[in-house]
Amino acid sequence: MRGLRTLSIATVAAIVAGVALVFFYAPLDADQGFIQKIFYLHVPLGIVALAGFMVAAVHAIRHLRSGDPIHDARSYVSIHISVIFGVAVLATGSIWARASWGKWWVWDEPTLVSFLIVFLLYATYYPLRYAIEDRDRQARYASVFAIMAGAFVPLNFLAVRLAESLLHPRVFATAEGGMPGPMWLTFLVSLAGIALLWLTLVRFELAAKDASAQLARLRRALEAPARAAPARRDLARSGAR
Amino acid sequence: MRAFSAILAKDLRVELRTLQSVPGMVLFAVTTFVLFRFGLDRTSLEGDLAAGVLLATVLFAAILAVNRLFVAERDQGGLDAIRLAPVDATSLLAAKATALVVYLLVLEAVTLPVFAVFFLDSWAALPPLMLVLVLADVGLAATGALISSLATGSRARDLLVPLVLLPLLVPLMIAAAGAAEPLLAAGGPEYGRVASWLAVLGLYDVVFLLVGYGVFDFVLED
Amino acid sequence: MDVPAVRLVGLWREFADRVVLQDVSVALPPGESLVVLGPNGAGKTTLLRILATLLRPSGGEASVLGCRLPREAWRARGRIGYVAHEPLLYRDLTVAENLRFHARLHGLQPAEAAEARIAELLERVGMAPRAGELARNLSAGMAQRVAVCRAVLHEPELLLLDEPHAHLDPEAGGLVEPLIAPGVARSRVTVTHDFRAGLAGGGRVLALGHGGSVAYEGPAEGLSTADAEAIYRETPR
Repeated sequence: MRGLRTLSIATVAAIVAGVALVFFYAPLDADQGFIQKIFYLHVPLGIVALAGFMVAAVHAIRHLRSGDPIHDARSYVSIHISVIFGVAVLATGSIWARASWGKWWVWDEPTLVSFLIVFLLYATYYPLRYAIEDRDRQARYASVFAIMAGAFVPLNFLAVRLAESLLHPRVFATAEGGMPGPMWLTFLVSLAGIALLWLTLVRFELAAKDASAQLARLRRALEAPARAAPARRDLARSGAR
Repeated sequence: MRAFSAILAKDLRVELRTLQSVPGMVLFAVTTFVLFRFGLDRTSLEGDLAAGVLLATVLFAAILAVNRLFVAERDQGGLDAIRLAPVDATSLLAAKATALVVYLLVLEAVTLPVFAVFFLDSWAALPPLMLVLVLADVGLAATGALISSLATGSRARDLLVPLVLLPLLVPLMIAAAGAAEPLLAAGGPEYGRVASWLAVLGLYDVVFLLVGYGVFDFVLED
Repeated sequence: MDVPAVRLVGLWREFADRVVLQDVSVALPPGESLVVLGPNGAGKTTLLRILATLLRPSGGEASVLGCRLPREAWRARGRIGYVAHEPLLYRDLTVAENLRFHARLHGLQPAEAAEARIAELLERVGMAPRAGELARNLSAGMAQRVAVCRAVLHEPELLLLDEPHAHLDPEAGGLVEPLIAPGVARSRVTVTHDFRAGLAGGGRVLALGHGGSVAYEGPAEGLSTADAEAIYRETPR
């Protein structure tokens, strides 16, 4: 896979740099202490996961317009990795809540709550796909879902924000306004590292699917050489799993 | 337009003749009110609790109808017949969504008074509440019809619909409850923040109507 | 040069890695009749559904009434009549209501003309007394007759018939046949199990073998009964 090695190296570099900055450079928070540093993991994970869902919606639109299964594969993998990152967002958010407020979950942090809802929605992507047997229709319906869910994400954030802001002021006021210089730098490097990690994982999974699809095709060709072979089929015809 | 009215008229005629959705929804809603009365151990509701009970019940009752929306088309070949005709795919979606709105309006017309009799001290909130419900119904119908069409072609469709639809409806629920809560306040309806919530509801409706319009062609093709 | 009613070149179709139609090529001049023969599972119904624009081809070229599939399928809709395995009738509507619904979908105007056409068709297949009957109460034969009415209601240029005589006794079959005969402005593709009747009708024949490949394509006279039997006898792979 071209570029995958470069990408992986860049990812490792960014993550190492980020970790170094987090532990040795970023200032210690007066109120929350050391545990506040989980912010550098939690927020970038959240931003990248959400961006990933948007990317998946774009791939889905391209899939519907072109019918090319490669876009469906990209959409599927984008959602897959973003959902995994989503679990990490919820876990780190919960740890942060526990450390800051003594409870494992807080309802008055709108970003965390919206994320929970978004996660619950995208988790239904899998049962939806598995429930449809015909592969073409499965891919098409999955793309329709990805587009609906992509439209849903901003609406959801708006609604949850509105609900909370009318009742409670923002409690984790770190991500906007008032972040000192060293925090910004650390945050940006962490964000870059997580984004590169997402890209690398997506590329890896796509490469793995391509390989298994080629393997399946070879196997089929070996088992039925007499049958007239239709034109070359693309990766996700056999590999959207 | 002509296909839209033909399909809508057909659906309403079938529903009137077979009564397979609306009576079930009404019964379900009233029973759910009773469940809430005991589950919450309350005989009167106001404000946020009233809004929550009412909207959650309407939502779950809607799912009963959503499940059934495309079944006749798939099982009795109606989908083929409609696709064979020179009609726009979106007419079908619009007709189904409109039928769902009609069922929900009938549901609310019957169960709102029941809700008021069970739990409310005054009926003053009911008229403005209907407006909130109408906007919520449109959103419910837009997403419900779309998800129903996705699920009808699959196994376990009865499970898939609530599973996928409920998270999608959370913003709708938030906005509708946000608008309904002050209307159901103890001292009589207050109109303070209702307008902004209605705007959010309207936005939700528009977004999902547009999404449906854009993607439904791809749902029907094979 | 007349536009062929149906033109397939190297058509193939697969479902979940199983190829159901392979390399099917046939051209049907307008106003003529094509009979599609083959054993169960040969892909006959799939072929018909592709021609009806209900399924997309997986590959190859396909066009009906001069419209390339799937890109121009929308131009062919409304000019095709399709009799399927199921009657495509809503069980909770009456016969007349079903036909009226289809008339509206196909934009038959004005409403009185559509009514008259519905009445005329029902009369010709002997279903006029049952116009007010719910479709769920019809026998299979009655439903089939109404299905034929549904298919020809909008006077299509291309008729696609999947076992049109299914469930019909000879008398009912006789009532239905004039409605679905090919003609000057109408071409016809018929799928049938009964290869003897299919061959006897003349016209062109497309015989599909197991796996959806073409076993024979040409005039009906060119396929002997013995050869046709052999196609049906061939064991599936």
